[in-house]
Amino acid sequence: MFAYIVRRMLATIPVMGVVAIFVFSLLYLSPGDPAVIIAGDTATLEDIARIREKLGLDQSFYVQFGRWVWNLLHGDLGISIFTNLPVMTLIKQRIEPTVALTICTLLVTIPVAIPLGVIAAWKAGSWIDRVVMVFAVAGFSIPGFVLAYILIFTFSIGLDLLPVQGYTSIRDGFGPFLSHMVLPSVTLGLFYAALVARITRASMLDVLSQDYVRTAQAKGLSNREVLIGHALKNAAVPIATIIGIGIALLISGVVITETVFAIPGIGRLVVDAILRRDYPIIQGVILMFSAWYVLVNLAVDISYTLFDPRIRY
Amino acid sequence: MTIAPADIGIAPSFSVPQRGKLHAIFRRHPTAMAGAILLGLLILIAIFAPFLGTVDPQALAPIRRLKPPSGAYWFGTDMLGRDVYSRVIYGSRVSLIIGISVALFSAAVGIVLGLLTGFVRLVDAILMRVMDGLMSIPSVLLAIALMALTRASMGNVIFAITVAEVPRVTRLVRGVVLTLREQPFVEAAIASGTGFLPILWRHILPNTLAPVLVQGTFIAASAMITEAALSFIGAGTPPNIPSWGNIMAEGRSLFQVAYYIILFPGICLSLAVLSINLIGDGLRDALDPRLARRM
Repeated sequence: MFAYIVRRMLATIPVMGVVAIFVFSLLYLSPGDPAVIIAGDTATLEDIARIREKLGLDQSFYVQFGRWVWNLLHGDLGISIFTNLPVMTLIKQRIEPTVALTICTLLVTIPVAIPLGVIAAWKAGSWIDRVVMVFAVAGFSIPGFVLAYILIFTFSIGLDLLPVQGYTSIRDGFGPFLSHMVLPSVTLGLFYAALVARITRASMLDVLSQDYVRTAQAKGLSNREVLIGHALKNAAVPIATIIGIGIALLISGVVITETVFAIPGIGRLVVDAILRRDYPIIQGVILMFSAWYVLVNLAVDISYTLFDPRIRY
Repeated sequence: MTIAPADIGIAPSFSVPQRGKLHAIFRRHPTAMAGAILLGLLILIAIFAPFLGTVDPQALAPIRRLKPPSGAYWFGTDMLGRDVYSRVIYGSRVSLIIGISVALFSAAVGIVLGLLTGFVRLVDAILMRVMDGLMSIPSVLLAIALMALTRASMGNVIFAITVAEVPRVTRLVRGVVLTLREQPFVEAAIASGTGFLPILWRHILPNTLAPVLVQGTFIAASAMITEAALSFIGAGTPPNIPSWGNIMAEGRSLFQVAYYIILFPGICLSLAVLSINLIGDGLRDALDPRLARRM
């Protein structure tokens, strides 16, 4: 098992390597000369040449790439063209709302989606199953930003229950924090809840048709004991996978959700950077999200060996 | 942002489709039928947009800015006095063109790359690492990054979303090819002296089509959402083309006073995506009997 974990960890290196090459090429191919932009309007040709030399932009692609990766490994993601601040600093400033939103979304969706999937599988073919399946298809079909406005129209403008937009840190009070998080979490969570409910239902249906479930029922266990103690436990691996992949997917959903709800997180950072063509920020955020995706997948794969002793590598 | 349920956790095991089965699918799956009718309606709307009581979607009329929905302006007017109804009707063209083009291009490229990786070991080792890397970049961000490099145009949007979707098709086709290679009927073909290309053309390729068709429908749905999302944040279709994402982007700052600018394109987008997802679910159920019992 230990050998497997080491092998699995080493396998992330080429994947991150491809991401690094892609992200670096992005800046290398980007229109416009960074030296000209940094030098400003009043710079002379000598100034630009000096900056180009200082940044190493006169070197070959490979030298520049090598230097860039070297800096990257030391936690240096470059300097934002627009604000002149290190990208690492900007990301650190903006990470709290994004993490808060992701955690809230998980807290809203998982406790709803898994029971929905379990009940739908248990009562397969009934009206309650149909309702869950309709919910799942709707969840896949309504784009996050459309749902966001429907929720804002209903709960913020119509019923005046929740704030329209904005973000309050949890340090400034739990109540205001929560009221700002409800709509964004539901927006971000609908697609995810639909996915988890559907996978839970599918893997529960698989397990429920097996002999030991019939045995458990035959020996007189209550429905609850059969469903949770026997069936759900054995349906856990696909559900855990989808929860893991979902955590990684949620991160990309925040780009749109944060824009709609004016939450000052990583998503807003990257959207603003696109509009200003601030490539170092775009690079930094893509690298961070990809590293997160790769790490979550790694954790999911390793957790299999702990969850399910039958899996041996 | 969106992934097809087919590409997570559940390995597809498709049966070989029989001819004439397609219309039977729609008879047996009323929801797929509903999806097909909805999509058909949408295609008709897109084709006959100029004859549906629309005016020029770009015609400015500052004097009638921000009029709420009424008999004259069914969906109201935007901040430049343009008729939102006409813009939404014409917007269906953009969504459909982008959804269909991305599905076709990524299916074509994915099949070629999938066949290559399934047969040539050296290509497999290199290409699949590249695909793993691309797949680890969230698809919306990958498309955003590519759009940041180029000028906003519909062709570039299609290219950017296609690049983000190709790895999924490639991985799917590769999986099917690897299974097929071990099948007795392929061994029999090799044993009876059939050449490599005829085997590829007659035995392998046809069997990849069913799963790619299912995946393709989900890609079309996902591409429509991605295009709208890109346009919504200002990195998609150029603003002079009335796409649903662009209309919503323009309504963004006004949504507290003019909700209808965002609401109508949003509903249309959801219905369009829903119709394609319903068709995709029906196709998957019909072409993959093992999954059909469960999903």
